[in-house]
Amino acid sequence: MAETIGFYLVAAMALGAALMVVMSRHPVYSVLSLLVTMFCLAVLFMMMGAYVVAALQILLYAGAVLVLFLFVLMLLNLNQEHAGRSSRSWGWVGTLIAGLFAGQLAQLFLRPLSPLWTSSSSAPAGTVAELGRLLFTTYLLPFELTSFLMLAAIIGAVTLARGRR
Amino acid sequence: MTLPLQHYLVLSGVLFAIGLAGILTRRNILFLLLSIELMFNAANLLFVAYARMWHDLGGQVIVLFIITVAAAEVTVGLAIAILMSRQLRTLNADEARSLKW
Amino acid sequence: MVNPGLNVGLLPWLTLFSPLAAAAAILVFGIHHRRLSSSLAVGGLALSFVSAACLLLHVLQHRLILPIETAVTWISLPDLTVSFGVLLDPLSLLMTLVVTGVGSGIFLYSTSYMSDDPGYSRYFGVLSLFAFSMLTIVLATNWLQLFLGWELVGFSSYALIGHWYAKPAAADAGKKAFMVNRVADFGFMLGIIALWAWSSPLASERTFSFQVLQARLPHLLEMGWLTPHVLIGIGLLIFCGALGKSAQMPLHVWLPDAMEGPTPVSALIHAATMVAAGVYMLCRAFWLFEHIPMALQVIAWVGGITACAAAMLALIENDLKRILAYSTLSQLGYMVMAVGLGGEAAAMYHLTTHAFFKALLFLAAGSVIHATHRQNIWELGGLHKAMPITSWSFLIGGLALAGFPGLSGFFSKEAILSLAYERNGVLYLLGAMTAALTAFYIARAWLVAFFRPAHDSHAHAHESPSVMTGPLIVLAGLSIVAGYLGLPTFLGEHEAHHGSPVVVAVSLLAVGGGFGLAWLIYVQRAISSALFLERFRGWVWVLERKYGFDQLYNWYVDVVQQRVIAQACQLVERHLIIGFAVNGTAWLTQAAGRVIRRCQTGVIQQYALVFVTGVVVLVYTAIRR
Repeated sequence: MAETIGFYLVAAMALGAALMVVMSRHPVYSVLSLLVTMFCLAVLFMMMGAYVVAALQILLYAGAVLVLFLFVLMLLNLNQEHAGRSSRSWGWVGTLIAGLFAGQLAQLFLRPLSPLWTSSSSAPAGTVAELGRLLFTTYLLPFELTSFLMLAAIIGAVTLARGRR
Repeated sequence: MTLPLQHYLVLSGVLFAIGLAGILTRRNILFLLLSIELMFNAANLLFVAYARMWHDLGGQVIVLFIITVAAAEVTVGLAIAILMSRQLRTLNADEARSLKW
Repeated sequence: MVNPGLNVGLLPWLTLFSPLAAAAAILVFGIHHRRLSSSLAVGGLALSFVSAACLLLHVLQHRLILPIETAVTWISLPDLTVSFGVLLDPLSLLMTLVVTGVGSGIFLYSTSYMSDDPGYSRYFGVLSLFAFSMLTIVLATNWLQLFLGWELVGFSSYALIGHWYAKPAAADAGKKAFMVNRVADFGFMLGIIALWAWSSPLASERTFSFQVLQARLPHLLEMGWLTPHVLIGIGLLIFCGALGKSAQMPLHVWLPDAMEGPTPVSALIHAATMVAAGVYMLCRAFWLFEHIPMALQVIAWVGGITACAAAMLALIENDLKRILAYSTLSQLGYMVMAVGLGGEAAAMYHLTTHAFFKALLFLAAGSVIHATHRQNIWELGGLHKAMPITSWSFLIGGLALAGFPGLSGFFSKEAILSLAYERNGVLYLLGAMTAALTAFYIARAWLVAFFRPAHDSHAHAHESPSVMTGPLIVLAGLSIVAGYLGLPTFLGEHEAHHGSPVVVAVSLLAVGGGFGLAWLIYVQRAISSALFLERFRGWVWVLERKYGFDQLYNWYVDVVQQRVIAQACQLVERHLIIGFAVNGTAWLTQAAGRVIRRCQTGVIQQYALVFVTGVVVLVYTAIRR
């Protein structure tokens, strides 16, 4: 029961913050709202036993990505989005389509599922040891490939941001 | 009793749709990037929920990869945003429409 | 002969391909070496002649049963196999010997006649190609191979007639010959294809082969697959080819113009080869025509009319070579008439003798032209003393042409005339009249150009070198003796046509009358030619316009083709094709682009919207199912 109440609380917070992300006028608010969403999701991860993922969610997303966002915002020194939230004529179409998509997803997810869903106790916990073992055995190749991706991203970002000199 | 999986899934779907709406409606390229992050997170939630359901930690490992890719994406995206504000003096995605004809 | 089989196996190919090898060698090595190219050409054809002669001896010696066919597969497709080879029978052997023999003489003659020509090597290269083409026709085993040679002859004659291409008249004559032959060949091609299509009810058994068709034809007719109407159509279409190559009316117009080419070319084309190809083809396919009485009728009448009409044209012609050209038309008319009357052996007989004496006449004329650079007979004269060998050979050729008793032309012409006497009285009268006309015009040519007292202007005319007179002497000899070689027997004519006394008498009368009249007019001057011109003014008017064929064709080309049809085509081209199809397509593309490019706004989010909409639709369809 406590779990259900907790879930609804956290889910409500996450949804509210997500809406703020999309709807707020100023990017900084948006970033901060996203931060809230991330924390909420981290809590949900914890509830599902994904401890490592939850920790990394906070470390990487909140600590790195969003901070990077804030840095860039300050670098660009813009305080407000000039035009309104959605002044383009077809903005409502976008919202409608997104709403339709949400409805479809919900319809898909609410279909009866196999009874594999079990209590958190019986499911394997996402501990560092477990994940580390998987990461360096089964998923070794993708893991190594991500390092290439990171390298490429770093080089790309530096090249782009430095501009032509 | 434990919370049915559907709760997580529906939450994930709604979050994804919110991110999608953001992408389709906002004009500032920074908002676009933030919305994308939101969608990544929704996907993450889905993966973790399914990892739980199938008793397969692979789902969680994938989330790690997604976080990595998201970080890389944000890096490049923000670099492009900086470049755009420098070159076009705007962050309005509508202004960057040389990708036509 | 140690191994006769082997020799027979190789000799036909040697006969066929040595001129081609010579042509190729001239193309590769000889372009800048005049002597080399002429030697190659003469050597190639002489080799061909020698191997053909060996072949004949071999056949006679071993009493081989003809026909012999050696062939390789040329085209192999599903349901269509065409061979390329050599068909040896009396007909093709005789024709090969004539082509290579007379041809060798003409080639040899050319080495001297063309000695000052800048296009010497080209001339001999094309000449060799021409010889090969002709041999391809003669030795063909099937219609397709014959057609290949047919077209090659057309091309090489075009190149030879237009040898002096810088001269507009020669270039035009070459084009004219080519075009007229194309018209005829189109019909010929249709005929060949039709014959192939009707050669068997089964697609896989259709064939171009002469021998197979010959054997199969009665059967096809019997079982009703090949109806008489179709057969008439096929026969007339195939005859259409002969109409062009053998220059029969109304497609004769190219031949007089072809006199613009070098004289040896005229000799080659008008004596033994190109024009003979039409008659040869008719004889080769006689097994086909003998089943089509109606086509034979047409052939006979075309031949008879051509013979007479061309002879009349020769009466008022003043150009030495053109006189000979019209006489060729006339003699070809005889041959075609003979085929039409069912005497293909007589036709081949006359073809052979004609090859000798007409080549002789042309080479003699060439010798005159070489010496005096004049062609108009009225500008010549007195050459009998200055050029005795040339003059005597021209006389012998002329007498043979006229059918003077004892010379070769007499026998072959008698064969044809007695055939006509037996089978068609009107055609016989035409033929007899032609004989008289022939005697008159050739006597006129000789008397005026050679016998009349000399003009002072060309006192320097002298006899041609021996390399030119040599072929003349040989051909003169052949023109005399060709009547005694038993050619009709060789061709399978068992009962020799001993012309009825009436025919012989009439012929002698005609020849004598023709000669006598010419003598009276041009030597004795007892009768003025102006009298005749005045008397038959209307007819002379017609003759001077050559029956108006050229005008008619020019009118057709100028008015019908260039104005009406070309205008219509141009309208179609401009409005339908360019206006509608081409520009319309372009306009449609542009318009579509103008509309569709609105989609490409450059706003990425719109693209994303479309993309997501697509996803939604896809998911919708997936869920519904």
